[in-house]
Amino acid sequence: MSETKSILLDPLVDKNPILLQVLGVCSALAVTTSLLPSLLMCAAMTTVAMFSGAAISAIREHIPNNIRIIVQMTIIASLVIVVDQTLKAYAFETSKQLSVFVGLIITNCIILGRAEAFAMKNPVGASFLDGLGNGLGYSAVLIVVAASRELFGAGTLLGYEVLPLTSNGGWYEANGMMLLPPSAFFIIGLLIWAVRSARPKQVEKPDFQIHEVHRTEVL
Amino acid sequence: MADYINLFIKAAFVENLALTFFLGMCTFLAVSKRIETAIGLGLAVIAVQVITVPVNHLIYQFLLKPGALSWAGLPEVDLSFLGLVSYIGVIAALVQILEMTLDKHFPKLYNALGIFLPLITVNCAILGGTLFMVERQYNLAESTVFGLGSGFGWAVALIALAGIREKLRYSDVPDGLQGLGITFIIVGLMSLGFMGFSGIQL
Repeated sequence: MSETKSILLDPLVDKNPILLQVLGVCSALAVTTSLLPSLLMCAAMTTVAMFSGAAISAIREHIPNNIRIIVQMTIIASLVIVVDQTLKAYAFETSKQLSVFVGLIITNCIILGRAEAFAMKNPVGASFLDGLGNGLGYSAVLIVVAASRELFGAGTLLGYEVLPLTSNGGWYEANGMMLLPPSAFFIIGLLIWAVRSARPKQVEKPDFQIHEVHRTEVL
Repeated sequence: MADYINLFIKAAFVENLALTFFLGMCTFLAVSKRIETAIGLGLAVIAVQVITVPVNHLIYQFLLKPGALSWAGLPEVDLSFLGLVSYIGVIAALVQILEMTLDKHFPKLYNALGIFLPLITVNCAILGGTLFMVERQYNLAESTVFGLGSGFGWAVALIALAGIREKLRYSDVPDGLQGLGITFIIVGLMSLGFMGFSGIQL
């Protein structure tokens, strides 16, 4: 039981795929200017991660080793097509906002990375949970970034006014840079700093260190 | 002609795939530690992008888009939902062919690129370029220019970041920011810099 729990919960903070393993930041930051499309993106991503894990794990014994990447890609791409078509059918407006980024889930390194590292070696149930956990770990980062960008950039959350803007007679002066691409990089950088301060084990060793000269060496 | 130059500048600088659309970030962050490897990967991305975007354009135009199969006598067929699977297949196949050709005819270049060629298949900048081409409905010439420009812009950003990170080796970075954290902040600053290009037109 505790193993199941760790498969599910580890990716949230301790082994967060974005913050620790540098995976999958690619395709999704561009949609984080507001919260609603990001939530939809998280749902799409988590769904694909779960089912691709399960499907690949189910046929892992039958995949010839040298063409496994192509097989995995095909499975992932088919799942993404299903998700894309569903979004177009039921949430057309938001899916227009997500533009090409739903399609880019195919090349999201988290999904292929988990397929290679976990689903190829573990049973179906565990792979499903691993997909869910990694999807949620990814969503956590995405939601934090999107919420702070929408809150400080436009004073709203999910479209509801939280900080009344000066242009509408309130007190909050919107920070326009939050809506521009660079802010997403800064927020992730600071988020990594925060997580690593709380979990010093995750700190990377510097490639070079300033040599500390001891007094006796100078003599 | 001016149109094409404009499109090139827009694709390379104003709408830089890495710095404004966050595409290809994984490789962008992982391979930017040394300038030499960055140059190798940058060249490989330009080459693949120039080939895949126009080829995917032809596939979309003559096989997938609504009514595209009318030359085969099937004007009502709409295969556009197969887009994603076909594009990624084309990209994987082209990367493989490119790898084999380089291995046979330009072994020196092949050795220089090494592991990066196969990695390009899962680089979102490549698939992203193709999807933008479809969404913006470029024609064949425009997609070639767009592929060249976007690949060039990505490579420039990668090499610049590698240069900055080499300089940064000896800096005293706070512990929690070491490595990944400081890289994100640098990329943010670069992205601010690239925003200065917006509005440039000939």
